[in-house]
Amino acid sequence: MPTKVVMEALSPTMEEGRLVKWTKAVGEAVKTGDTLAEVETDKAVMELVARADGQLLQQLVAEGATVPVGDVVAYVGAPGETVAAPPAESGDPKGHGRGAVAVVVAPAPASPALPAVAVVATDATRVRASPLAKRIAKEAGVDLKLLRGSGPGGRVVARDVETAPLPALRPSPLGSPVPAPSGAAYEDVPLSQIRKTIAKRLGASLGPVPHFFLTSEVDMERAAEAREALNRQLGETGKIGFNDIILKGVALALVKHRACNAWWQDDHIRYWNEVHLGMAVAIEDGLITPVIRNADRKPLSAIGSEARALAQRARERKLKPEEYTGSTFSVSNLGMFDIDQFTAVINPPEAGIVAVGSIVPKPVVQDGQVTVRRRLRLTMSCDHRVIDGATGAAFMQTLKQMLENPLAMVL
Amino acid sequence: MTTTATPPAKPQANTELQRRMLREMLLIRRFEEKVAESYALGKIGGFCHLYIGQEAVAVGVSAALSPEDYIICSYREHGQALVRGVPARAVMAELFGKATGCSGGKGGSMHLFDAGRRFMGGHGIVGGHLPLATGLAFAIKYRGGDEVCICFFGEAAVNIGAFHEALNMASVWKLPVIFLCENNRYGMGTAFERVAAVTDVVEHACSYDIAGETVNGMDVLEVHRATERAVQRARKGGHPTLLEVRTYRFMGHSMSDPLHGVYRTKEEVEEQKKKDPITQLMHRLKDEGAIDQPGVDALDAEIHAEVDDAVRFADESPDPAPEELGRHVLAD
Amino acid sequence: MPTITYRDALNQALREEMQRDDTVFLMGEEVGLYQGAYKVSRGLLEEFGAQRVVDTPIAELGFAGVGVGAAMGGLRPVIEFMTWNFAVLALDQIVNSAAKMLYMSGGQIRMPIVFRGPNGAALQLSSQHSQAWESWLAHIPGLKVVAPATPADAKGLLKSAIRDNNPVMVLEGEMLYNTKGDVPEGELLVPIGQADVKRAGSDVTLICHSKTVTVALKAAEQLASQNVSAEVVDLRSLRPMDEPAILASVAKTHRAVVVEEGWPHCGVGAQVVDIIQRDAFDQLDAPVLRVTQADVPMPYNKQLERLAKPSPEKVVAAARRVLYLD
Repeated sequence: MPTKVVMEALSPTMEEGRLVKWTKAVGEAVKTGDTLAEVETDKAVMELVARADGQLLQQLVAEGATVPVGDVVAYVGAPGETVAAPPAESGDPKGHGRGAVAVVVAPAPASPALPAVAVVATDATRVRASPLAKRIAKEAGVDLKLLRGSGPGGRVVARDVETAPLPALRPSPLGSPVPAPSGAAYEDVPLSQIRKTIAKRLGASLGPVPHFFLTSEVDMERAAEAREALNRQLGETGKIGFNDIILKGVALALVKHRACNAWWQDDHIRYWNEVHLGMAVAIEDGLITPVIRNADRKPLSAIGSEARALAQRARERKLKPEEYTGSTFSVSNLGMFDIDQFTAVINPPEAGIVAVGSIVPKPVVQDGQVTVRRRLRLTMSCDHRVIDGATGAAFMQTLKQMLENPLAMVL
Repeated sequence: MTTTATPPAKPQANTELQRRMLREMLLIRRFEEKVAESYALGKIGGFCHLYIGQEAVAVGVSAALSPEDYIICSYREHGQALVRGVPARAVMAELFGKATGCSGGKGGSMHLFDAGRRFMGGHGIVGGHLPLATGLAFAIKYRGGDEVCICFFGEAAVNIGAFHEALNMASVWKLPVIFLCENNRYGMGTAFERVAAVTDVVEHACSYDIAGETVNGMDVLEVHRATERAVQRARKGGHPTLLEVRTYRFMGHSMSDPLHGVYRTKEEVEEQKKKDPITQLMHRLKDEGAIDQPGVDALDAEIHAEVDDAVRFADESPDPAPEELGRHVLAD
Repeated sequence: MPTITYRDALNQALREEMQRDDTVFLMGEEVGLYQGAYKVSRGLLEEFGAQRVVDTPIAELGFAGVGVGAAMGGLRPVIEFMTWNFAVLALDQIVNSAAKMLYMSGGQIRMPIVFRGPNGAALQLSSQHSQAWESWLAHIPGLKVVAPATPADAKGLLKSAIRDNNPVMVLEGEMLYNTKGDVPEGELLVPIGQADVKRAGSDVTLICHSKTVTVALKAAEQLASQNVSAEVVDLRSLRPMDEPAILASVAKTHRAVVVEEGWPHCGVGAQVVDIIQRDAFDQLDAPVLRVTQADVPMPYNKQLERLAKPSPEKVVAAARRVLYLD
C-alpha cells in the first residue's frame, strides 16, 4: 500500500498551505524525514517531510498550488507500486489540523460563566419585577401586584406587563409585526384575542410549542402499484420512492389546507402561499432538514431526484444555509427503521410536521373480506396556537385520500 | 575595553570649576539638611531619599555634561536635579507637593522632572529606568544627534534583569549612553556583598563588551574626569560605558529608615564621614589658596539663604487645584 | 473595495504611518530580517531599513523600556510583542513607565507609543500562551486599549494608535491574522473609543470585542433562526470604552450578554455590566449575563480547550436566558 503524503498543519493556525517547490522528483528515493517539498504556511516557508520510506510515486499538486490541510499531495511507496486511491481526498473526518474552526463545532456544556440565577429571599410584600417591567407598568398604570411573574422566582418581566389583561397595553418592544408584501409568498394575519389567549394558555401548559398529534392509517396498495408502474416507465434513471409520493401528497394537501402551511410569529401568524417542504434527514451526529422548495409545483420525478440529492449532501454536510432554511412545513420519515408510528417534534416557527412510519402488510377488512394490504401510519404534530384539532384532521383526511388515490395527485 | 584601574586623582581642573563644584556640593548638602528638617515638620511626605554623602557624584558628572545631554535618575535624585539647574525653589516646592513644583506637585521626591533641562525624571522602580536610558540614547542616534544620555542608579539595581537587558541593547546598537552606578554599598538595609555574586559592579561591563571604570565617588574631580572620558566615548562612537562610582550615604536609606543599626555600625558611618567629599574639596582649595575660611563662610551663608528662600517659596505656594487631579492622565 | 487579510491591514497601517512620519519606528523580536513572527511586518525592513525596523533580543522588559525612553526622546515607537503573554515581563515598563510618565511629570513628557501583538488563545497552545490580557491593561489609567476584530478596524485603529500622543495597547488576534475583510482604500482612521454595531437587532444586545465578535455574530445567526433578533456591539476600544453606544443598544433591547475571551473574575465584562447597571438600570428586563473563558488556565487538549472558550452555543444559551426563553 502506498503511503499518502498529506498537507500537514505546519503552524497552529494553518488551514492551507502553498506548495512552493517539490524537492523530490517522482521516482526519487525517499527516507522518513526527507524533505519532500517546501510549503508556505500562514507564517513561514516550512518543510514537508516524508513519513515513510520508499520512492516518491506520484505528485498530485503542482508547484504554486494552495492545498487545504489534510489533503493528499503525494504518494510514497515501493518502486513499481501503483496508486489506486482517488487523487485528492479530504482530510481525516475528525478534521485534524483544520484549526481555525475550533471556536464553534459542537455545543459545549453550560459554561461556568453562566451561574444559575440566585433567588434572594426578600420581603414577601415586595413585588419582584425587572426594572424594565416596573417602568413599563408605571407608564401604563398597571399594578404589578396583580400580575403573575413568569421570570425566575416569579419575577415579573416585561412580557408579563405587556400581556396583562388590561385595555391600555403598550406595544411590544419585542419586534413589531412584519407587513406582508402584496401578492407575495405569504400573508400575515394579526392575532385575534381568542388566538392570543389560546396561544398563551396552551403555551404555558405544554412548553413553548403546544403540540397535539393526529394519527391516520393509510392504505398504500394503490400507491405501491402506481409507483411500480412509474418506475417501470422511468427505468434505471430515476426511481421513485414511497417517501417521494408522501412528500408530494403532503405538498398538495397543504395547498388545499393553507391553515396548516403557516408560521407562528409570536404576535401574528404567517400563512404561506408557497409550499417549501422540510425533509428531516438523519446525519451522523444529529438531524438536518433540507428544503424542497415549491414542492407542490414539482413533478414526482423531480421531487424524487431532489430529495435524494439533498439527503446525500446533508450526510456529507455540504448543504448551504439556503438549502436548509425557510421551510413552511416538514416531513420526518423513520419507516426505514421499522418504526410503525411516532410523533415528531415541530420545527419552529412551522406549525406542523408529518411523521411517517413503515409500510407494513396487514390484514384488513375490505368489502367484508379480510385481505392483506400494505398500510402506512402517518402522525401529524400540530402547533395548537396555529392549528386547531379539526383543521389538522381535515388536512390529514385530504392527505389520506391523496395517497389512497394517487391519480388525484395528478389532477 | 574594561579598565578597572584609573590613574590616581591629581587635581588638574581649574580653580573656577572647583569653586563652582564646591558651591554645588554645598547647595545639595544644605538643601538636603533642610529637606530632613521639613520632613520632620511634616511638610514633606511619602518616601524621601537623601543624597548627603554622595554629592560629589552628581556634581562631578554634571560638570562634564552639556545642556543638551539627557539625565535620568532613580528616586535618589534631588542632587542631580539641583546641579542640572532645576531651581531650588521648584525642587523644594515639588517635595512640598505644591503646584509650583517642577512636576506640578504630582511627582514628589521620587519623580522630579524638568524636560526643558533634559532632566528626564526620577523613577521609583529599582532598575526600571535603565532601559529608558537606552531608549533615550536610541532616540539620539536615530535623530543623528551628538548628545549623550547619563543614567544614575544604585548598586542594588545591578541585580535586576532590566540592568542587563539595558546594557546589552546599548552595546549591541552602539548607543551614546553612560550607566553610572552609585555604589553606596547598601540596598536599603542589605549589604551588596550579601546579595551579589559579583561585588565589583564594573565587572559587568565585560559581559556586555562596553567600557568600564571604577571611580572614587568621594573625589569630585575624579568623578568629573571619568565622566568626561565616558562622554567622549559616547559622543565619538556611540560606545557605552559602565561607571562604578564608589560612594557612601551618610543618612538612612530614606527618611523613614535608621541611619545605622542592624545592617551597618555607627563606627562605619563615622569612619566614612571622614572622607566627606565636601570637606576634601574644601581642604584642597584651601591648600591651593583658592579659598579661605571667611570665603567658605560667606559661600555657606549665601547657600543657606538660597535654601531658606526655596522653603519659603514652597511654603507659600498653592496646592494644585482640585481639577489638576484629572489633568495629564492622557495627552490631547 | 479591496478584500485583504487582517495581517495585511496591519502591515498597511504600519507602512503608511512610517511613510508619513519618519519618527515612527518598529521594534520587537523578529520584526526585521525574519519579517515578523506572524508576518505583520513583512517587507518593512526592506523599505525602511534597520534603523527603523529594529530586531531586538528576547528581552521584553528591556525593549519595552527602550521604546518608552525613545518616546521620551521625541520618537513614536511601535513596540511589537510576539504575543502579549510575553509582554507580562514588560508590564513594569507599560504600567509604571509608559502609563504614568505624563502624569508624574506634571504634563511635561508625552508618551506617544504603541505596544502591539497577538492576544488571547490561538489553538492548543496551552496555559502560558493562551491568555487574554485586556482587563489587566484596561485597568490602568494613562493607557488606551484597543482590540480590533476586522481588517478594516485593525488598520484604522492601528493608524489612530500610532498618531495618538498616549500609550496605546493594540491587542490583535493570532486567529484573526488570516481572516479577510473589506478595507477601504486611502486614508482610514478609526477613532479610538468608538464602538461599532456589527449587526443590528432588537431583542438582546451581545457586547463583544476582538475574536468574540465572530462568536457573537455566529450566535446572532443561530438566534435569528429561533426568531430572536440580536444586536452585536463590537466595543473595539476597551479604554476608553464607548459607554453611550452600550447604553443606546441596551435601551433598545433591554437585555444584554457580554462575551469576552478573558477570565470572568474582574474581567472586561464586569466593567460593561457596571456601566449598564449604573446608567441603564430601568431599561433592564433581566440581569446581564457574561460568557467568558472558563475560570481555569487554558488546557492543551483540543476538546477541553473548546469547552474553555466562549462559543456561539454558550452565547445563544445566555441570550435565551436573558430573554426568559429557557
